[in-house]
Amino acid sequence: MITITHYLVLSLVLFTLGVVGMVIRRNFITLLMCVELIINAATINFIAFSRQAGDVTGQVFAVFLITIAAAEAAIGLGIIVALVRLKQTVQLDQANVMRG
Amino acid sequence: MAEYIPILVFTAVAFSFPIITILISKAIRAGRFDPVKAEPYECGIVPASEAFDTRFSIRYYLIAVLFVVFDVETVFLYPWAVMFKKLELFGFIEMLVFLGILVAAYIYAWRRGALKWV
Amino acid sequence: MNMDLRADLLALLPELTLTAGALVVLLAGVGGGGRRHGGLAVTALASVGLTAIALKIAVDVSEAGRLFFSGMFVLDPFAVFFKVLFLLTAALAPLLSRDYLERHDYRPGEYHSLVLFATVGMMVMASGTNLASIYVGLELMALSTYVLAGYFRREVKSHEAASKYFVLGALSSGVLVYGLSLLFGELGSLDLAAMAAALGGAERTPTLLTGMALLACGFLFKVAAVPFHMWTPDVYEGAPTPITAFLSVGPKAAAFAIFLRVFLGGLEGLTPYWVWLVGGSAALTMIWGNLAALTQDNVKRMLAYSSIAHAGYALLGLLAGSELGVQSVLFYMLVYLVSNLGAFGFVILLESRGYAGETVADYAGLARRQPLAAFGMLVFLLSLGGIPPTAGFMGKLYVFAAAVNAGFVWLVVVAVVMSAVSLYYYLRIAMQMYLREGQEGEGAEVLAAPWTARAIGVCGVFVGIIGVYPAPFAAAARTTAALIGVTLP
Repeated sequence: MITITHYLVLSLVLFTLGVVGMVIRRNFITLLMCVELIINAATINFIAFSRQAGDVTGQVFAVFLITIAAAEAAIGLGIIVALVRLKQTVQLDQANVMRG
Repeated sequence: MAEYIPILVFTAVAFSFPIITILISKAIRAGRFDPVKAEPYECGIVPASEAFDTRFSIRYYLIAVLFVVFDVETVFLYPWAVMFKKLELFGFIEMLVFLGILVAAYIYAWRRGALKWV
Repeated sequence: MNMDLRADLLALLPELTLTAGALVVLLAGVGGGGRRHGGLAVTALASVGLTAIALKIAVDVSEAGRLFFSGMFVLDPFAVFFKVLFLLTAALAPLLSRDYLERHDYRPGEYHSLVLFATVGMMVMASGTNLASIYVGLELMALSTYVLAGYFRREVKSHEAASKYFVLGALSSGVLVYGLSLLFGELGSLDLAAMAAALGGAERTPTLLTGMALLACGFLFKVAAVPFHMWTPDVYEGAPTPITAFLSVGPKAAAFAIFLRVFLGGLEGLTPYWVWLVGGSAALTMIWGNLAALTQDNVKRMLAYSSIAHAGYALLGLLAGSELGVQSVLFYMLVYLVSNLGAFGFVILLESRGYAGETVADYAGLARRQPLAAFGMLVFLLSLGGIPPTAGFMGKLYVFAAAVNAGFVWLVVVAVVMSAVSLYYYLRIAMQMYLREGQEGEGAEVLAAPWTARAIGVCGVFVGIIGVYPAPFAAAARTTAALIGVTLP
């Protein structure tokens, strides 16, 4: 029997993977994938809670999250394309002209 | 226990099918090799390089971006189509606004030359 | 159904108008019209003007206190106050940018339309009464500003700003939305009123508190509070200066709008828990923002740290929480908006080529060469520092008074000490302008940029009027705060 806890643990694992990945990785494309992991973790939560409560608001919001994640990925890819055209790299730590 | 027998049979068939077909083709094929035969099959075009270390153009990303955006936005059309009758005029006008924005974005992408392969 | 539809669409009229305006600017900016700087800026301005008229119509015809779009959207005085602020920012942005874009030779079409789209997002945020609509508005604003930060494609710094802003911004929205999902699970709704009601009987489970804390972290990131401020200096330095000006006021005010509405409206029941989180962050923000600003030689970077510090002051009003607190935040946002936009206006004027004209030394001897410009800059700096009789003083006064009333004396002590520290770095520029003799050929000249000058003029008038005669503005903020009240229905 799959309970709500299973979904919550799955989403927690995905969320943690995403956040840790964001912190330790420096490849822009990997970072983009980590962002997707985090958003999808939240989406899983919304759908699981929504199913448990027997109400569709969470599922509707999940649809919005999917489109927002797509828009975010599109912007991220756009920034990557511009970065490659300018500097021929997708490594973020090579972009460091400013302090900090 | 009896209800598991069909699953057992199914598993046995599923495993034996590929094994048997591979053995049969091995038994009846002609044993000649040449380099062309070892190449990956690409609809008759001679492959340009190995599959895993090809660097492909950054332009694909642009196409991917446009695809992702316009593809995912249609996710809103499905629930709307299913509930079309119930949503009445409200849903129709909402969807017109939504599609209007999408069409404007499409015209922009077109006129800006994003759809051209340069 | 039909009546509802009419009412809903009328309430949304300002957003619809501005979206249409943004699309017109976007489409007019491609093809042959791509370099018509003046025409596109005027179109952007005109759509902001039309939106203001649409806002007036929407307010007049909508029933007070009514929720639209099945409880997703409200047009209360609180939302209207913030929408007016956003429209003011959106009107000043094309003015500040027009000459700058032409000088640097970048296409104006996409630029102005993205500014307008970001403004639409902020307006939706101000009106959202459901975390779903608030989040969608937030993302519309955030995604537009990521692109704007990287708009100067030929500058490495602008790229770096966009990359950092995108990565950290996406992380913060991810954390925020994960927090939302936990709150949704515990409270069973994303509607602020329903959440407040559910909180009454809900147990304070770890999941609930984690969700609240993650949400708070996301919001603190958006207002650029320590320790979630790391992106601010780099993004503000690297982004095109008019965009830095826009970023430092518009999205910040919008983030405060949702911060107030969510934490004082929906999650008021959890005040004992978040008050420490936000209070600690406010104290750190004021201390670190001001101390780090002391050592900056780049004016944009210094103003970035100064904007961090100002977020700290404004958080005091949120902590105070009472009607007075909400009022003080609204008033502070108005004051900060005009002072900061004015100061950035002068940075834009001084940037003669590339990123030159940004260091403190470039201001040396400005008073001798351009007395009027130096005086204008001085007024904005004094206002940011909170010296009477400028607007900044009144803003701080209200916020500090609200915080003392609510019993946050220790935070106000920190705030006052840190305001004194902040004078050092504001006056450092003033000293350069008035007391140093710039050597020949050194120091930046003020460029002839009539549009930017007009925008600065508008800000200057506001700073002066609010400083000398704040009553009507404070009254506007007060009626706003009183009408929505601190608690939503």
